[in-house]
Amino acid sequence: MATTAAPPATGKLVGKRLRRKEDPRLITGTATYVDDIKLPGMHHACIVRSPYAAARIKSIDAKAALETPGVVAVYTGADTKEVGPVPCGASLPGLRVPHHYILATDRVYFVGHPVAVVVAGDKYVARDAADSIEVDYDVLPAAADPEKALTPGAPAVHPEWPDNTAFTYHQEGGDIAQAFAEADVIVKQRITSQRLIPTPMETRGVVADWKPGDKALTLYSSTQIPHLLRSLVAGMLGLAENKTRVVTPEVGGGFGCKLNVYAEEALMSFVSMKLGKPVKWIESRRENYVATIHGRGHVDYLEIAAKKDGTILGLKLKLIQDLGAYHQLLTPVIPTLSVLMMPGLYRFRNVTADIVGVFTNCVPTDAYRGAGRPEATHAIERMVDMLAAELKLDPADIRLKNFIQPEEFPFATATGLTYDSGQYDLPLRKALEIGGYAALRAEQQTARVAGKLMGIGIATYGEICAFGPSPATPAGGWESATVKVDPDGKVTVLTGSCHHGQGEETTFAQIAADELGIGLDDVVVFRGDTAIVQYGIGTFGSRGTAVGGPALYYALQNLKKKLKRYGESALGSDDVRYEAGQCICNKTGKTASLAQLAGASYRALKLPPDEEPGMQTTFFWEPPNFTFPFGAHLVVTEIDRDTGRIEIKRYVAVDDCGKIINPLIVDGQVHGGVAQGLGQALYEQVVYDDNGQLLSGELTDYAIPKATMMPWVESHHTETPSPVNPLGVKGVGEAGTIGCSPAVVNSVVDALSSLGVRHLDMPLTPEKIWNVIQQGARA
Amino acid sequence: MKRTITVTINGETRSDEIEARLLLIHYLREVVGLTGAHIGCETSLCGACTVELDGKAVKSCTMFAVQANGRSLTTIEGLAKNGELHPVQEAFWNEHGLQCGFCTPGMIMASKQLLERNPNPSEGEIRHGIEGNLCRCTGYQHIVNAVRTAAERMK
Repeated sequence: MATTAAPPATGKLVGKRLRRKEDPRLITGTATYVDDIKLPGMHHACIVRSPYAAARIKSIDAKAALETPGVVAVYTGADTKEVGPVPCGASLPGLRVPHHYILATDRVYFVGHPVAVVVAGDKYVARDAADSIEVDYDVLPAAADPEKALTPGAPAVHPEWPDNTAFTYHQEGGDIAQAFAEADVIVKQRITSQRLIPTPMETRGVVADWKPGDKALTLYSSTQIPHLLRSLVAGMLGLAENKTRVVTPEVGGGFGCKLNVYAEEALMSFVSMKLGKPVKWIESRRENYVATIHGRGHVDYLEIAAKKDGTILGLKLKLIQDLGAYHQLLTPVIPTLSVLMMPGLYRFRNVTADIVGVFTNCVPTDAYRGAGRPEATHAIERMVDMLAAELKLDPADIRLKNFIQPEEFPFATATGLTYDSGQYDLPLRKALEIGGYAALRAEQQTARVAGKLMGIGIATYGEICAFGPSPATPAGGWESATVKVDPDGKVTVLTGSCHHGQGEETTFAQIAADELGIGLDDVVVFRGDTAIVQYGIGTFGSRGTAVGGPALYYALQNLKKKLKRYGESALGSDDVRYEAGQCICNKTGKTASLAQLAGASYRALKLPPDEEPGMQTTFFWEPPNFTFPFGAHLVVTEIDRDTGRIEIKRYVAVDDCGKIINPLIVDGQVHGGVAQGLGQALYEQVVYDDNGQLLSGELTDYAIPKATMMPWVESHHTETPSPVNPLGVKGVGEAGTIGCSPAVVNSVVDALSSLGVRHLDMPLTPEKIWNVIQQGARA
Repeated sequence: MKRTITVTINGETRSDEIEARLLLIHYLREVVGLTGAHIGCETSLCGACTVELDGKAVKSCTMFAVQANGRSLTTIEGLAKNGELHPVQEAFWNEHGLQCGFCTPGMIMASKQLLERNPNPSEGEIRHGIEGNLCRCTGYQHIVNAVRTAAERMK
């Protein structure tokens, strides 16, 4: 079988700006999202939700619904009490965890709380019947604002805990008392990071398919974590995991809100098991806003201590986290990530932080793009700007002065992290150069003289990515990969990651193709079916490529060893190398192609000593550390005095996400991240009234950016490889979001500083800015 | 109440007996089996359901299927001809104008309409032309690039 044909031409694919392999199905409308699934005998479910934030359920009358032709069942909390609670994966000391039934039993705790489910053969019928269900409520006072909820006498969200406090958490490092004693200046500020709604364009959706004959469940769900979902849903329903299969079809965006296990996933499974029929539930947008987790929800009280020359000495933080009514999967964990990230890119080693986790009669908060790090970065970057203003230092200079220096890595932070690598001044210097910083400052002087409100804002950020070493995560922080070579020499990668727009069908194929010396089209990357893919953790926390990528890399190394052993056998020599898609005998120059080697492994006529048949390897990779990407964003704004409208004149983003596998995809991640950061900075805000009614409950009232609301982002990079993994990658999914909001707010505050403005909380709506300008004019 | 409608979809004429209240998007997705157009909001704000009705882009989540009776529809599935992508589809692929892909069919239909009305749009005109379609992944920049390059290609 050995031949001496010329090796196939291969190019180095990693680092190339390649269009994506997954796109043809998406641009032709032939991809399958969960709502596109149609199973024989499938029924439709509609959920009745509470219109009140706090109320006792006196009675539920489903008679009319049950009499509606086509309705097959109605279930309420009384029917589903035995299904395990919606899980909370956090284990903070003293954490109060309310029992989270999948349907409310005697009481509702937030607007949107599921109360009953109606099942019918037709979804219009299910919806009609749901509207006919009469729930008699005894309405109670609600606690909707986290700070008010902490005041004595506030309504208790959970009557058993009248102080509404789910947990307190303290962390400190260094000597904060000494740092503050030595300080020449202390700057204090209350900074909020408002509640946001993740708003993936695809809402959640579930199809549950119970096969009575097999006593086995297949659950199709739009999720970021198929295997964790399988483990947890199986536990909730008392099923064995090998009788529970989760299939993740195409996922129309997640941003953290699908990194969760929801009541509806267990509820639809329960319904399907009861009825012995497949059942579909697709969340409406209005439901999405009251039933899928929200993000952020911080009130931070900060104090920063520094010397006159701008050297930062220490930081104090009191963080009030709005948790909502329940803990979803990671709810209490998110603010602890903020604490970890509080030192930012700076060298100071004295930090103290106290978190109070507060129950409110609102939708639970949980991971939303950045998950704790945007809040922390926004806070520290605002504080550094305020410190610079106080000391009359340039915001760029004060950052350069305080950065951790390249020779200090690995750097142990006051919050217990070990930063892997960094050249923190590089992206900042590059952003200043591209922006033309000195010229911008001169232009600003001229503009001010002319009465214009022009602002220049800088934010530098660090990010914790590649979640994470297992001891630092609630559920294992490794990732897995299987590489299979079929008898024809074509390669399939099964990844435990669960990409949903991040492009790993392409980037992982680039990695595999390069390692195996084959073409991009010779590799297929598959994910998201627990019956096919080995256990995995999933895609969140910018971990897809940073943890899933190395798992794949190591699986490929083992595969190459196996190929080499088959090569030695095929070529009759122990002096063989694997290169460019074939094994080559170093002595004779004879070759055996990948297809020949794989074919031989399956035909198994001549196995190498101690070698199994088949050409497949699996690797579970445990990362030794997080990775820490970083960057600098520079934003130039101009504010219309008459309307308060903010125009972004320039947006320069310089991001260092380590080694870049596909620049096209990385730019897309940055742009999308910036859009969500800008959404928070300027437009988006969850508004609850005092009764816990969600006033921003639709896309009419919740302003995610449209194309006309986005500036052109000048996206640039520096590349500092991470030493944590062999690919040198760090992760980029959340970078844009983290860098954006402080850069924008710093810019706007800079523009308004001549009016005496020192700080503004987000979102910076025209109304807010107009009022500030009016006050400034009066003052 | 049932009604019979006759519609030409992507060049093929068909008749179906449907409920009068059936929304056009549900008719396309569930009766016809064309699931390319998506439902993102049910209130005509997001544009994921955009299709062409007699050559005009419409949001099919806020129309009844009976309103399409006797008319002609083009959906995302009808854009590629003989296995060849429409230039707008090709441009979205080349320029990475999509990530999760959920808004993409609607975004492509809106972009196609935009270019039919204005073959040489400025960046501002592109942004204005697609502002009825929401995308949460891309920040729109690569979509703007895609529409620009499609415009070049279609000249």
